[in-house]
This record gives sequence, C-alpha cells and structure tokens, in this order.
Amino acid sequence: MTAYLKLDHIDKIFTRGAASTEVLKDINLTIEKGQYVSIIGHSGCGKSTLLNIIAGLTTATTGGVLLENREVNSPGPDRAVVFQNHSLLPWLTVYENVRLGVDKVFAKTKTKAERDAWVMHNLNLVQMAHARDKRPSEISGGMKQRVGIARALAMEPKVLLLDEPFGALDALTRAHLQDSVMALHQKLGNTILMITHDVDEAVLLSDRIVMMTNGPSARIGEVLEVPLARPRKRLELATNATYLKCRQRVLEFLYERHRFVEAA
Amino acid sequence: MNMPATKIEVETATPAATAAPVVAMTPKRPPRSEAYARMARETVVRVIPPLVVIALLTLVWELVCRRAGSALPPPSKVFKDTKELILDPFFDHGGIDKGLFWHLSASLQRVALGYSLSAIAGIALGVLVGQSVWAMRGLDPLFQVLRTIPPLAWLPLSLAAFRDGQPSAIFVIFITSVWPIIINTAVGIRNIPQDYRNVAAVVQLNPLEFFAKIMIPAAAPYIFTGLRIGIGLSWLAIVAAEMLIGGVGIGFFIWDAWNSSHISEIILALFYVGIIGFVLDRLIAGLGKIVTRGTATS
Repeated sequence: MTAYLKLDHIDKIFTRGAASTEVLKDINLTIEKGQYVSIIGHSGCGKSTLLNIIAGLTTATTGGVLLENREVNSPGPDRAVVFQNHSLLPWLTVYENVRLGVDKVFAKTKTKAERDAWVMHNLNLVQMAHARDKRPSEISGGMKQRVGIARALAMEPKVLLLDEPFGALDALTRAHLQDSVMALHQKLGNTILMITHDVDEAVLLSDRIVMMTNGPSARIGEVLEVPLARPRKRLELATNATYLKCRQRVLEFLYERHRFVEAA
Repeated sequence: MNMPATKIEVETATPAATAAPVVAMTPKRPPRSEAYARMARETVVRVIPPLVVIALLTLVWELVCRRAGSALPPPSKVFKDTKELILDPFFDHGGIDKGLFWHLSASLQRVALGYSLSAIAGIALGVLVGQSVWAMRGLDPLFQVLRTIPPLAWLPLSLAAFRDGQPSAIFVIFITSVWPIIINTAVGIRNIPQDYRNVAAVVQLNPLEFFAKIMIPAAAPYIFTGLRIGIGLSWLAIVAAEMLIGGVGIGFFIWDAWNSSHISEIILALFYVGIIGFVLDRLIAGLGKIVTRGTATS
C-alpha cells in the first residue's frame, strides 16, 4: 500500500488557561491515492478538528500530516476544503467565488482566458454554469454546496477535504448531491477525505470508513473496508448483502460499543 | 390598496422576468396610463402627509409670531426679508458678503476634507484595532475617553497648534467624526466569520489580498454605519466651529446674522443646514447600499 496522505501519531490538546483537554489521541491513518475515505463518529469526537489539522487550519500538538511524503502544516490549495456551511463569499457571484481560488493557484501557469475556461469547466462539472452571475443569496442550499465543491475542485487539490458537506441539506437534495460527488470521484479519481455522521452516506460513498471513538481523547476505533464495486447505485445497494453488512458493522460500532454519552 | 400598485410597478420595470408562459396566459397588461395613475397615487400618498404637517406647523408659527412685539419673525416676514438671499444665492460682493451658495460650499469643502481624512484614518485604525488584539488593548481605552470630548473643546487646542482657522476647523471635523468610524470598523472586522478567514487561508491570499477581497467587503456594512454617523457628526461640528473661527461659511453666516439682528436670515440658514445634512446622510446611506449589496444577506 502506497501512502499518499499519512497522518502520523497525531495528538491534539486544547489548552484554555490552566485547563487542557485532550481531543485527539494517537491518530494514525494512511490513505492511498484515489481513495474515498470517510471519518465517522458522534458529534464532539473531534472529527472536524482532525480535518482542520489535515487542512492546516489548526496545528496538531504532536505528530504531523504527510502528503506525498512531505510534511504539511499550513493551509494550502493542495488540500482544498468543502466547508459544511458552503462558506461562499456573499459579495461575489458564483463565478467570482470559484475564480478567486483559480486566480491564486494558476496565477503563473494559466493565462486569463485559460483560467476563465477552467472556472467554467468546473462549474459545468457540478452543473452550475447556468448560475454563474448569481450571488450566493440567490441560489438554494444545494446549489451553494455545488459551487463550494466546484471552488475546491478548481484548485486541483491533491486531497479533497469534505467537512460534513451534506449536513445542512434536506434528504432529497443530499441524495442528489451524493450521487454527483460519486460521479465526480469516478470521473476525476480524486483522493477524498470526508467527515460525516451519516452511516448510509459513509457506506455508500467510501472505500474505507474510519470510525472514531468518543472524545475526549478520541482515537480511531476501527477501520472498515467497503468492498463494493463502483459505480454504485443507491437503489440496488438497498438490498445488497455486503452493503447491509457494512452498514450493520458501523451502526454496531456507533450505537453499541461507543454509544454517545451526554457530557456529564 | 398598496399591493396591486406595487405589482404593476414590478411588471413594467422587468418585462423580461415576467415573460414566463404563465404570465402570457393572462389577459393583456393594463394600459400604461392606468399604471402611471397608480404610481402617481402611490407618490401622492407618501408626499401629502408631510406637506400637510409642514403647512399646519407653518400656520401655527405664523399665528404665534404675527402679533406685534413677538421676538421671532413669522414665516411671511422671513420670506419677505430673505427673498433676495433665496433668489440670488450666487452674488459675491467681496469679503464675507457673499451669497448663501458660497457660504454653504465653503462649509461643505471643509467637511469634505475633514471627513475624507477621518474616513481614511478611521478605517485604517479600525482595521488595526479589529485585527490585532494588542492594538485593541492598547488603543481602545484611549479611544473610549477621547471620543467623549465635545467637538468644540478641541477647537482652542487646534487653534493653538495650527495658528489658523481653516486647518483648525478641518481638524475639529476630523476629530469629531473619526471615532464612530474607528469603532464600527473594528467591530465589523472582529465579526468577520471564521469561515471567510478559512477560505482565505486555503486559497492562500496574501495579507493585502485578504484586506481588499475579504476584510473590506465583509466589514462593509459596519463601516458604512460608522461613516453615516460620522458624516452627521461632522456636519454638526462644522457650524459650531465656523461660528468661532469666522470667515466664509454657513456657521459664521449665522453668527453674523445674529450680530446684525437679522433673525430671518438665521432661520433661512437653518433651513439650508437641515436640508444639506439630510442630503449628506442619504448620500452616504445610498453609497453604502450600492457597495454592500449582497453582503448583508448570505
């Protein structure tokens, strides 16, 4: 197994005044190129913190992140993030939001016309080219998230980080967008790391599911391979034995062995 | 009554948007004349009430001040006394004997200069205080004390420093209007959502790009609130400052009229001061609306 993205003994301790909380403890994970990996766990277990560490938005207390055998500890476009609440800049149009990243990343390697074409290409990938001149306030939540994905994809990241990308969407839009992301992964072969708390979503989309124990001091409890062939079809999987077994396995982990305890 | 009128207005304004098949099914649009009539009615509904109130107040004023020995002139006398000033605002007999246009424009120039300086300095300091915790700890207490000093209290000090009326007046405008701009800008910068900062970090904007592309647009609604309070305060301060420094300007015009017992002229000047203050406020508000479109709602 060739390690493309490697999390090496990551600990994270938050210190506030004299009190310190250990959020993550000894996180080790290797991800191959082109893999789709989900991290699942109860809320508050530190999955978002872990994603922020990989993105470089926060730093690990000890341990580090290696991308293609190089340590990364500051944010950059090679690890583009799709944020949970889309985080589009409301004063820019859909086009300008994507263009912002493209202009920075390809400032030297692409001409103006090429950058323009590249932005439109990525908007086309997520079927949002028709809304290029709309502002985020004028499009629906699902559309905003599509633009968020286009913005991240347009930076040609080595790893695409998805932070509960479908969490704020209604069930139908969510399913639709999950299909889109699956199709994009199939087509572009990106390496994707997704944070989620939705079991079906994790099983449907991932090659591997990383299950985290409850915090504080959350660890990786179990890693499950999902041996389902791609492309996967939502409807067919509903009765697929492997799918159901994987699902069962994750549910058992989350609800029996590491049941969420309300903070006492 | 208001609803259908608004609807028509929208239809006439954007025919392209209503070209959907559903609209095409409805019988033909009401004739233009009808639309205009409705618009006119809407305007009348807004304009009539203030006009009635003004007319009533003028009438009361007239009745109260008409009797002999009254200290203040009634509106009819005000108009009679100041007719020349109203009709010819552009005369220039040298010195300070000029038409009202020249007085007002002199005041406006001072405000424009002082206010521009305070807008630049205010936004710059506001960004500093909003962005840096240490700058805030160091400067905020100072600002909180300084901003409570009344504008005119600064005047003697600035006269001593500048030894001239003109820069002193501009300094007073500056020092009066700069505080709300600083404080509102700082609040706006502090309230930039972490998400936007994360986006900037992932895209790797440099500090200058971050300032221009994220900070200023994100804080724009707050900045414009500060700018709007600031313009009001500078217009308040200029009249008082000019009364003391003399020369051409609406403030000194009022003081001069008082010294010559031309009460009617004072009333006319107050009228102009009020109207211009209102226009300045609306100007900044309108500018803010254009600049911050889309920012307020995300």
